[in-house]
Amino acid sequence: MEEASTGSDSDYSRCWISWFLSSKGNEYFCEVDEDFILDRFNLTGLNSEVANYSQALDLITDSLDDDIQDELRGSLDVQARLLYGLIHARWIVTARGLTKMLDKYKRADFGRCPRVLCASQPLLPVGLTDIPYEKSVKLFCGRCEDLYSPKSSRHGSIDGAYFGTTFPHLLYLVYPTLIPAKDGDNPTAVVSKDGATGDARARRRVKDEPEVAVAAEGGGEGINTASVAIKAERYRPRIYGFQVNEIAKLQRWQEAVRDRQIARLEALEAKTP
Amino acid sequence: MDSAAASSTPTSTLTWISWFCSLPGHEYFCEVTEDFIEDDFNLTGLNAMVPFWKEAMEMVLDVEPDEDTSKIPDVSIVESSAEMLYGLVHQRYILTRVGLQAMAEKYESGVFGTCPRVYCVGCNVVPCGRVDIPGNDTVKLFCPNCNDIFVPPSSRFQGVDGAFFGTTFSHLFFQTYRELSPAPFWKAPLSGGSPLSPRSVSGSNGSRTSPFVNPNPHGGQKRAAGYVYVPRIYGFKVSERAKSGPRMQWLRLRPESPEELDMVDWRGRWINEDDEYDEDEDPDDEDRQMEDFDPDAADDDDDDEEEEEEEEAGAAAPMSGTKAGKQVANVVASGPPSSSPVNSARTSPTSSGAPRTQVDHSISIPTSTFPSIGSTVDSGRVKMVRQWAARTDWPAVARTAQV
Ligand SMILES: [Zn+2]
Ligand SMILES: [Zn+2]
Repeated sequence: MEEASTGSDSDYSRCWISWFLSSKGNEYFCEVDEDFILDRFNLTGLNSEVANYSQALDLITDSLDDDIQDELRGSLDVQARLLYGLIHARWIVTARGLTKMLDKYKRADFGRCPRVLCASQPLLPVGLTDIPYEKSVKLFCGRCEDLYSPKSSRHGSIDGAYFGTTFPHLLYLVYPTLIPAKDGDNPTAVVSKDGATGDARARRRVKDEPEVAVAAEGGGEGINTASVAIKAERYRPRIYGFQVNEIAKLQRWQEAVRDRQIARLEALEAKTP
Repeated sequence: MDSAAASSTPTSTLTWISWFCSLPGHEYFCEVTEDFIEDDFNLTGLNAMVPFWKEAMEMVLDVEPDEDTSKIPDVSIVESSAEMLYGLVHQRYILTRVGLQAMAEKYESGVFGTCPRVYCVGCNVVPCGRVDIPGNDTVKLFCPNCNDIFVPPSSRFQGVDGAFFGTTFSHLFFQTYRELSPAPFWKAPLSGGSPLSPRSVSGSNGSRTSPFVNPNPHGGQKRAAGYVYVPRIYGFKVSERAKSGPRMQWLRLRPESPEELDMVDWRGRWINEDDEYDEDEDPDDEDRQMEDFDPDAADDDDDDEEEEEEEEAGAAAPMSGTKAGKQVANVVASGPPSSSPVNSARTSPTSSGAPRTQVDHSISIPTSTFPSIGSTVDSGRVKMVRQWAARTDWPAVARTAQV
């Protein structure tokens, strides 16, 4: 344990993490800052989750003793991956971690929504549970607000706990200007109700200065999302041009639910100055 | 040049149709019978859409070409005409009884793949087009569970015209095979059956004891996969009152009973309800299934044990004593039951998820590492907690993640 921090000065200190990040199948992971890993507070509780914890930590931080390396390396690698994954889950819900994941999101590193009407909306990774070994990673679409399975099996086998249940929702909470519009035609982020002010301002911000979204953190006061769902397109099944009875009925019901929520949110908004 | 037709048939034993359907990216096509193509009635109107009609017909049907085909400039032109001809005939063929049957066999064997949506739990999909006129859009996949369409997962389908499957087929298919069509209503199981476990996939077998019946004999006769995703931040549902709160759950929601579908009239308005719905009572019957939704909570006994273990482990965690309960930031999350009635729909007095993580696992987040969330929200009072905790019950060996 006490050796954990000695590697921080080493030139090779990024070695294991760089290797891990560049391995095929690990494209969803971002780089955790060394400072974060070396702050023991951030790792609280992980020692009981990971076998050979201190050696796994040494491996991640490239401060593992050379003589121990050969015999244990194989099994330690598994533990190191687990440890890195669990640290990663905590890292990506910090301010720095969010911005790192934001960069990946902008590059669509997590893939795009398979729903046709979502117009290739970039996705965000999410776990269904924060406990490791339970469920594999899923992808959240901020446009349809639904979950999808990764296309590739090498992503489909990544533990969802390495991303956690909170991450994508915290991202949109912190960066409300990045919330995708619900209509598929609008490629830029940003939702707004009665258009003009908030919408245009925020969209300009995102479009002209891609990096400034970081600065927009906590912004978006002009954003109003009460009635955004009304713009959402949906697929309407038809047989020879006629709507399918039972599906049409379900869709009417769903839209009535939607309209009721909008009424509820607008009433709420009217109450709060 | 004059050997145009011959070159398109790779071997003498394989028909052009079999060959065409075996090409990469053509997996969705079924083999149209030759007698269907030979019946002129089935081709009505198509000859105007296909250049070199006669030559294309000969190619598709493996007929030796006439002598005068030498005027055709290029083999590839006939080939693309043959593909167009076959695709348009295919669009019509799969609407016939035999065509539907052929597609049903492919459907059952999973050739078309499954819905990418997690809570459709691997429901098989069918190919469809968004328009019936060729040249407009590539083939898509229709999921009968979420009634939505998706981009095929492989890029090899990006060259396949959606019109060759058409707008009608997928829905006629599920009208014809009602046992494959999920019903429009769904009730969460009281116990047993994780939303993601294979057991609950079909609903027709497995842990369910009672057979599923849709009282509407013309309706879908398969038990739907009805869970809707509920976003959470540190175990708390994200309230709809937050700007980033859920706005799209209606898109996937089903009522619990078929009668509830009749509570909305043909204009999409609630019957027997004022436009301003009554806020005093909880009108949101349709939300019940979401309130209780939690992949863990909905799981069977195993998970209940795990939850208990988790709390025990949390209580034993070294951190929980020192930092527990320290509030660092406010998150808009579902409030306690005392929140205003307007919000009662999505807040969940009965939710097992939020309180569970609140109790023992609270660990403060260093404010220095945390973004200024408090300034982004205008309501909500729930403290932010981290929900990880030391777990002693996990064997520290590598196990593969499930699902
Ligand atoms: Zn989407
Ligand atoms: Zn689906």
